[in-house]
Amino acid sequence: MSEPQSSFRVEMTINGRAKHATIEARKSLGDFLRDDAGYTGVHLGCEHGVCGACTVIVDGKAVRSCLMLAVQADGCEVTTVEGVAQADGTFHPVQAALREEHALQCGFCTPGIVCTLTALTKGDQKPTEEQMLAAMSGHICRCTGYQGIRRAITRLAAGEAA
Amino acid sequence: MNAPTIAGQGIMAGRYIGQRSLRKEDPRLLTGRGQFVDDISLPGMLHVAFHRSQIARGNILSIDCAAARDLPGVHAVWLAADIERPGFEMLSLYLRPTEVPTPLLADSIVRYVGEPIALVIADSRAIAEDAAALIEVEYEELDPVVTLAQARSGPPIHPGTDDNIATEAGDEEVDEALAATLAGAAHTITHHVVHQRISQSPMECRGIVAQANGIEELRLYITCQSPHMIARWVSQALGYPNSAIHVIAKDVGGSFGLKNQPWREETATILAALKFGRPLKWIEDRYEHLTACPQCREQEFTLTIAYDKDGKFLASQGDYSANNGAFPQGADNNLAAHMFIWAAYKMPTYGFITRGWYTNTTGLAAYRGPWAIESLVRETAMDVAARKIGIEPYELRRRNVLKVAEQPATTCLGMPVDDITTETCLDKLLENFDVPAFRREQAEARKAGRFLGLGIAAYVEPTASAGSINFMTGELAQVRIEPTGKVTAAMSTHSQGHGTATTMAQVIADRLGVPYEDVTVFEGDNMHGGFGPGAAGSRQGVAGGGAAITASEMLAAKVKGLAAHLFNASPEAVSIEQGMVHIAGAPEMSRSLREIADIAYSEPMRLPPGYETGLEVQFRYMPPPMTMTSAAHACIVEVDVETGFVKILRWITSEDCGTVINPAIVEGQVTGGLAQAIGMVLLEEAAYDARGNPIAATYKDYLLPAISDVPVFEFLHANTPSKTVGGMRGVGEGGAIIGPPTLVNAIADALSPFGEVPVNLPLTPSKLLSVIEGRDIAGHGGRGAAAAPVAVAPAAAPAASAGEAQIDGEWKMTMSTPMGAQEMTGHFATDGTALSGHLMSAEGRQDFTGTVEGNKLKFELKVEKPMNITLKYDLQVDGNAIFGKVKMGMFGSSKLTGQRI
Ligand code: FES
Ligand code: FES
Repeated sequence: MSEPQSSFRVEMTINGRAKHATIEARKSLGDFLRDDAGYTGVHLGCEHGVCGACTVIVDGKAVRSCLMLAVQADGCEVTTVEGVAQADGTFHPVQAALREEHALQCGFCTPGIVCTLTALTKGDQKPTEEQMLAAMSGHICRCTGYQGIRRAITRLAAGEAA
Repeated sequence: MNAPTIAGQGIMAGRYIGQRSLRKEDPRLLTGRGQFVDDISLPGMLHVAFHRSQIARGNILSIDCAAARDLPGVHAVWLAADIERPGFEMLSLYLRPTEVPTPLLADSIVRYVGEPIALVIADSRAIAEDAAALIEVEYEELDPVVTLAQARSGPPIHPGTDDNIATEAGDEEVDEALAATLAGAAHTITHHVVHQRISQSPMECRGIVAQANGIEELRLYITCQSPHMIARWVSQALGYPNSAIHVIAKDVGGSFGLKNQPWREETATILAALKFGRPLKWIEDRYEHLTACPQCREQEFTLTIAYDKDGKFLASQGDYSANNGAFPQGADNNLAAHMFIWAAYKMPTYGFITRGWYTNTTGLAAYRGPWAIESLVRETAMDVAARKIGIEPYELRRRNVLKVAEQPATTCLGMPVDDITTETCLDKLLENFDVPAFRREQAEARKAGRFLGLGIAAYVEPTASAGSINFMTGELAQVRIEPTGKVTAAMSTHSQGHGTATTMAQVIADRLGVPYEDVTVFEGDNMHGGFGPGAAGSRQGVAGGGAAITASEMLAAKVKGLAAHLFNASPEAVSIEQGMVHIAGAPEMSRSLREIADIAYSEPMRLPPGYETGLEVQFRYMPPPMTMTSAAHACIVEVDVETGFVKILRWITSEDCGTVINPAIVEGQVTGGLAQAIGMVLLEEAAYDARGNPIAATYKDYLLPAISDVPVFEFLHANTPSKTVGGMRGVGEGGAIIGPPTLVNAIADALSPFGEVPVNLPLTPSKLLSVIEGRDIAGHGGRGAAAAPVAVAPAAAPAASAGEAQIDGEWKMTMSTPMGAQEMTGHFATDGTALSGHLMSAEGRQDFTGTVEGNKLKFELKVEKPMNITLKYDLQVDGNAIFGKVKMGMFGSSKLTGQRI
């Protein structure tokens, strides 16, 4: 461990912008997005793949950025919570539903939840309430007791917030 | 609009108060633009990691840091002596020195696994961790004291102490009259509850960025419950002026009692930053959080209840123990649990003994409703008592609940109470839930082999403490109408998810008469606003809300005075609505608040004589010493008797939190607490093995409730205004207090055909299967394993000295009280069997006379603060040591120890 770590060049698109960097092989995507790319909306709640707070969207799929190495995202298109709303600031329907339904308190778990639901409802996918709830079982929220998240999911399934 | 709020009347139909206003905090949090401590990066900032003890108890023989220091990118590796600072003192939550000195880094001995020993400063967190892993420590390992049972019989873990009792109150011997009532009652039950250790586990771990600016000036970004409280604590611990400490905590990812004060790692980082001269960041990772961070609960409570043939309560006795770990954030025996255990019921007499114990585990910190064990043991005991005499458990509650019409009243411990609405909540719950219908459904289901259960529980909690705990008093609101007509407020409140920037803005908009959108509330920075203890004890809605109401109404009066002067009208004719100032009967004179504000700030000539320019007001609201929040909940579960799994089918809450500022936020507080309750009853356990190693080190071992574990909750709000300004009652902690007994009672009801369910949390499937199958399925998993005997020598009893005891002279003595350790000096003079002398303490000098018998001395002192009580000292001298008990009226007894000076 005391030897200098080998470094690699990576290139990826983050929230629509190109990012080039030379990084240590051992660096997680989550650490890279926060520390090197400046997207501090990516939250690390456990760094062992259980809490879901670190979830980002990699090539359209929700991914736990604490379990993926940054070098593995070479050439990928990454979206973090900062890149989910429209350019003019208009909320994505997922963000709007979470806000309307008081689905957050401290907001630490929220970025991961936003990314999972955004990936799941992308394009013309029409996930059912059950599918979204099942996806949510991989996210821990210590504050809310999940009531608002459930209601937001009901809303999204009904297509109301769109 | 704008009629002044009268204390005790509540505000039920405000324009904004009572509305589900969307939260001000959400837009930034939903778009990743929050500012949590780990989001802060400062120029020149370096990173800290700790090397931690790998054993629970032992002596450090050597520490080898050479390899760590040689690692490229490492700037320093420091041990205890390296960060020492003259004048620094580690303080408890109560801003007093901790009962046993708490080192920042372990020096010669280690007292729990995970205890920090060395602090590494490096270019990155990764390098700091690499270096920490290269440090080699050699130990002489000792047998650890891990469990409460071991604490009672094992050697003291702290050198220089006689035993592992951190703090004690009450009486070991049951009062004679009480014992007679217990013995003579038609029925008695003795009920035992074991509450496991819990990790508070906010989703954001602890963390700090410490930056020393110049001499004696600090800027701290820290995850906390109040930046004001942190500044006060740090200034007192370091001896710096409070205003030299700038604390910023804009967003905090949950706390639940954990982040009341900076603890060892945060404080070590501060001292290291002062010495090193560059900004330092320490962010706790989840492994550290689960293995080395202060934790909570781990308690045992035995409760005896005597009642007559009709179920009427006659007497009760309680025995409580809590594992305080090695270094609690204030030694704790949970006196509040005894004060409140019978507050909502008519219990004629109650006695107790209560103790906190030191062990070789991480220290105790607060967690949502720290005294919640009283509701758990009482409400589960009541169900056992009801089943014993064959009545519905709710019926036993109805027969004994303290009725609203019977108040004001005095509890069995002599505490005056008023405004407890537990009866109201229970009635409302039962009106909305058909118990007989459920019983029919339950009987049918049982025939089909399905085991449904109903749990009901009720409680009261004291909220918004003002004056009964030293750092909790009033809250401050500074409200200003800016020259633009927009309103800004600096509040002493703080949110770790509570949404106070929303609720306080609702209150201000409502009382001032401006649009909610025009109000911005600043908190999270101690340079804005004045001292407040933060989110603790369900206080902010009550105390902060009252401050915001009064300040807004004072400001409205100021606007009206100016408008009346400008338009030659009487102040009563002026009203403010939606940011417009109107004069009754003269619509043409309506002006925007902006126009009025502009005059107030820019045209002193137009102001009334003596009028202060500008539009700003501040008010600190001190609510009554305690406000009472009550609730009654019902829950239905199904227990699968094949697997032992519990499914929650329905949960109805009936709360009385007085005036509701924002129902969505109130319900969020309740359900967040209930999810934590479900975790405590079914899932979570911060277990240790027999050697004191934490064995739940990840969230794969420490199970937090997920969305699939938490049902949809139903709400009934009673909304009885309290006696505070605004009528709020506080709602932060309730769910975590009432939730556990509600769920335990439902499970016990479901499994009643199989026998009583021992309340030994968490009620895992294997524990429930043990009840269902009538044999031990649980085996020695989890916490049970830690009970495996470890050879420990019994504590040496202080030798009773015979013959002449030398009592005369001066003694330095320490009394452990509910408010922390009290230091005093005693002067004693004997003359035969007569004793005279005085005590010197922070409160001044008090003289007394008393009696002496051999080496024993007795005397009494009356005190007036915090209330009138007589302290009865019962002490013994043994050579140069003095020890004994001090009876403190209804507060029970405290331990006193000391030495001859
Ligand atoms: S931080 Fe990645 S799952 Fe918890
Ligand atoms: S809102 Fe705090 S963890 Fe989810």
